[in-house]
Amino acid sequence: MPQNVEKVLDHENLFREPEYKAMFDNKRSQFEFRVPAEELAKQIEYAKTWEYREKNFAREALTVNPAKACQPLGAVFAAVGFEKTLPFVHGSQGCVAYYRSHFSRHFKEPTSCVSSSMTEDAAVFGGLNNMIDGLANTYNLYKPEMIAVSTTCMAEVIGDDLDAFIKTSKQKGSIPAEFDVPFAHTPAFVGSHITGYDNALQGIIKYFWDGKAGQGTALTRIPNESINFIGGFDGFVCGNLPEIRRMLDLMGVEHTILCDPSDVWNTPTDGEFRMYDGGTTKAQVEAAINAKATISFQGYSTEKTMKLIKEHGHDTTSFHHPMGVTGTDAFLMKVSELTGKPIPAELEKERGRLVDAIADSQAHLHGKRFALYGDPDLMLGMTAFLLELGAEPVHVLSTNGDNEWAGKVQALLDASPFGKNCKAYPKADLWHMRSLLFTEKVDFLIGNTYGKYLERDCGTPLIRLGFPIFDRHHYHRFPIWGYQGGLRVLTMLLDEYFEALDANTNGIGTTDYSYDIIR
Amino acid sequence: MAALRQIAFYGKGGIGKSTTSQNTLAALAEMGQKILIVGCDPKADSTRLILHAKAQDTVLSLAAEAGSVEDLEIEDVLKVGYRDIRCVESGGPEPGVGCAGRGVITSINFLEENGAYDGVDYVSYDVLGDVVCGGFAMPIRENKAQEIYIVMSGEMMAMYAANNISKGILKYANSGGVRLGGLVCNERQTDKELELAEALAGKLGTKLIHFVPRDNIVQHAELRRMTVIEYAPESKQAAEYRTLAEKVHNNAGNGTIPTPITMDELEDLLMDFGIMKKEDESVIGKTAAELAA
Repeated sequence: MPQNVEKVLDHENLFREPEYKAMFDNKRSQFEFRVPAEELAKQIEYAKTWEYREKNFAREALTVNPAKACQPLGAVFAAVGFEKTLPFVHGSQGCVAYYRSHFSRHFKEPTSCVSSSMTEDAAVFGGLNNMIDGLANTYNLYKPEMIAVSTTCMAEVIGDDLDAFIKTSKQKGSIPAEFDVPFAHTPAFVGSHITGYDNALQGIIKYFWDGKAGQGTALTRIPNESINFIGGFDGFVCGNLPEIRRMLDLMGVEHTILCDPSDVWNTPTDGEFRMYDGGTTKAQVEAAINAKATISFQGYSTEKTMKLIKEHGHDTTSFHHPMGVTGTDAFLMKVSELTGKPIPAELEKERGRLVDAIADSQAHLHGKRFALYGDPDLMLGMTAFLLELGAEPVHVLSTNGDNEWAGKVQALLDASPFGKNCKAYPKADLWHMRSLLFTEKVDFLIGNTYGKYLERDCGTPLIRLGFPIFDRHHYHRFPIWGYQGGLRVLTMLLDEYFEALDANTNGIGTTDYSYDIIR
Repeated sequence: MAALRQIAFYGKGGIGKSTTSQNTLAALAEMGQKILIVGCDPKADSTRLILHAKAQDTVLSLAAEAGSVEDLEIEDVLKVGYRDIRCVESGGPEPGVGCAGRGVITSINFLEENGAYDGVDYVSYDVLGDVVCGGFAMPIRENKAQEIYIVMSGEMMAMYAANNISKGILKYANSGGVRLGGLVCNERQTDKELELAEALAGKLGTKLIHFVPRDNIVQHAELRRMTVIEYAPESKQAAEYRTLAEKVHNNAGNGTIPTPITMDELEDLLMDFGIMKKEDESVIGKTAAELAA
C-alpha cells in the first residue's frame, strides 16, 4: 500500500499512486458504463454554445445549483445574534445538523443549535410533545437565557402552530412561564435564507416590543436620540459589525446593533468554551424601541423587520449592502443626517485613503469584465462598487433576487458608462451562470465557494465574496463594509487580477516579457 | 392459494361506506375467503361491526405509546373478528393537529413490512371521505389495491365525491395497475336514483356494480355492532350483500381506467335528472335589494 506512517500522503497526492490509479481504471472500465470519451467531449462543447444557452434559459421545471439556502438557516443566524440565545429549530434533526455544519464550515467555529427531533410519529400526531420535551431539555442542559424557535419543512407541512405549542409547553411546566421564547415560522420551501433571517429577527423584535406573545404588556415608545443598526444575513459579519460599531463610535452616535453574532462566531482559543458570547441583550432589544431611527444595511434581508419597526414610528432607511466610496458615503451621510452629528475628520481621512488606493490601481481594473452572483443586497452593493472602480459588471445573477431587484440593478447599470451591455439575471442559478460564462466571457467571477466548479469548467478565476466560503480561511474576520472594507475588497480584486496576469506571462522566453516585479 | 386481491372502498363521508364494506366482506368471508380489513380513517370505525367493538386500538395510537412504529408487533394491532376476519385500524391524530395522510402511509408501510398480508385472500382498505391528499391515495398507489369501489348515492355531493375519487384513481391508473372496480349505490331514496347512478357510472367509464336497497334491518344490526350477514343471515338485505360480494369477487381484472368528468358535465347530468335546477345567470351576484329594484 502507498500509505505508511512515516510519510502519510494527503488525499491530494494519495490517489495518484499506482495502486489507486489501477483501481480507478478498473472501476471505470468494468462498472461505470461511461459514454464514450468523444461523445462526452462533444456534449461538453455543445454546452458552451449560444444554442445551448438559449435552451438553458428556456428551462422551466429544473433548478441546477441554486445560489441560496433555506429559511431556517437564516433564522439560526438571526437567533445567535442575541445574548445567551439558543436557536431551537422545530423539525427534523438532519436539517439542524446542516445549519450547524454550514455555519461551522464557514466561520470555523462551533455553532450551537438544537432541534426538536421530529420523527415519523411526530409527523402524524403533530410535534407538540417534541416541543414540550425539547424546550425542557434545552432549558435544563444548555442554560440559555432565551430560546428562539424556528421551523423546518416538516413542521410547516403538517401545520404545527408555534405560538400555541410554546404556550402549551409552558402550561405543562416544560419551561418557566416567564422564560422568553420568541418564534417565527420559517418554511424552508418558501423564499431563502434571507427570508428566514427576516422572519426570525422580526419575530424576536415583535416578541419584545409587542407584549411577549400576549404574556406581557406592549412597550410604549419614548423616542430618544439613539439609532438602531441591522446588518442582515452576512457571511463577513465578524469583520463587518465591529467596523460599523467603530465608525458609529467615531461619530459619537449612540447606537444599538440588533442581532450581532460577531462574537459568538469569533471566540478566542484560551481554554474556555463559549457556547454563548456577545450578542444583543434583551434589555437592548427592549430599549431599541425608543430609538429615533433604524437603519438596515441589507433591505432585502430585512423587509418584514423594517416594516414592523416603521409601524412603531421609527424613521427607517434600508440600504442594499453599500460598499466602497459612494456606498459608505451614503451610509455615513444618512447617519449624520439622522443624528445631526458630523462625520469626523478621521473617517474623512480613511475615505481619502480608499480613494487614493483606487486611483493607484485604477489602470488595472478599468474596463475589466466581471460576472457576479449572490444575495440580492450584496449584488447591488458590489455592482455599484465595480462601476465605481471603472470595472464592468457584465453578468449580475441572483437566485433569490426577483424582477424588482433586477430593475434596481439595471438602473445602476444604466446610470454608468461602464454598465453598458451589462445585465441582471433574477431567479437564475449557477447552471445559467455557466452558460453566461461560456458565451459572453468575462475576466473574473465573484461568488461563494460553489463558484469554484464554474472556475474549473469555464476557466474564469473566482474571487470569493459571499456566503458560504468553505475553501478559504478567515475571510469572514475582515470587514468588507466601510472605507476599510472597501480597501479589503479592492485588494481581493487586485490580488486575483495580478495572479492571473502573472500566470499568463510566465512562459520562459515566450510571454515573460511582461512577467514583471513591479505592477 | 389464489393471488392476493386488494380492494378499497372510497366515498363521501356518511354515505354508509364502512357499513357496506363490512357487510360485503362478511359475505365474502362466508364464501370462504380469508380477509384483512385495513381501516384508513382517523375515526377508526371501519371494523366495529366485525369486531363487535366500539373502536379498536389503532396502529398509530399504539405506536405513539410504544415510542415509534418500529417498536410495534403485528399481533398488537391485529384483531380477529367474525369468521376470522382480521382487522387493523390505522388511526391518526386528533382533529386539527399533525398529518392524518402521513399516518395512513406509516400504517400501511408497517402492515406490509410486518407480514400482515401473508395468508389472506383479500385485503380491503376503507378510506375516509374524499382523496384529500397523497396520504389518502396510498391504497391507490402502485402495488396496493387493484380495484377501487366507490360507495355513493343519488345525492349531489356523493356524486361530486365519486367524480373526485375517479380523478385520484386516474392519476395513478396509467402508471400503475389500479382500476375503478365500479360504483356501489347505497339507496337514499332520492328521485330516479338508480337511473342517475347508472348514468354517472357510464360517464365515469365504469358500471354500477350493485344497487343496495335501503332497509332498516341495517340499523338494527348496527345497533348491535353487527353486520346484517351475522345478525340476520336469512334476511333479504343479507342476500343483497351476498350478491354484491359475489359481484365483487367475480369482478377481478374487470376494472377500468376511469374517465372523470368536468364540473359542468356533472352539473348537466344532475340537471338532466332534475336533481339540480338550471341556474338563472341573471341573478348571480345580485343582492336582495338589487333584485327587488
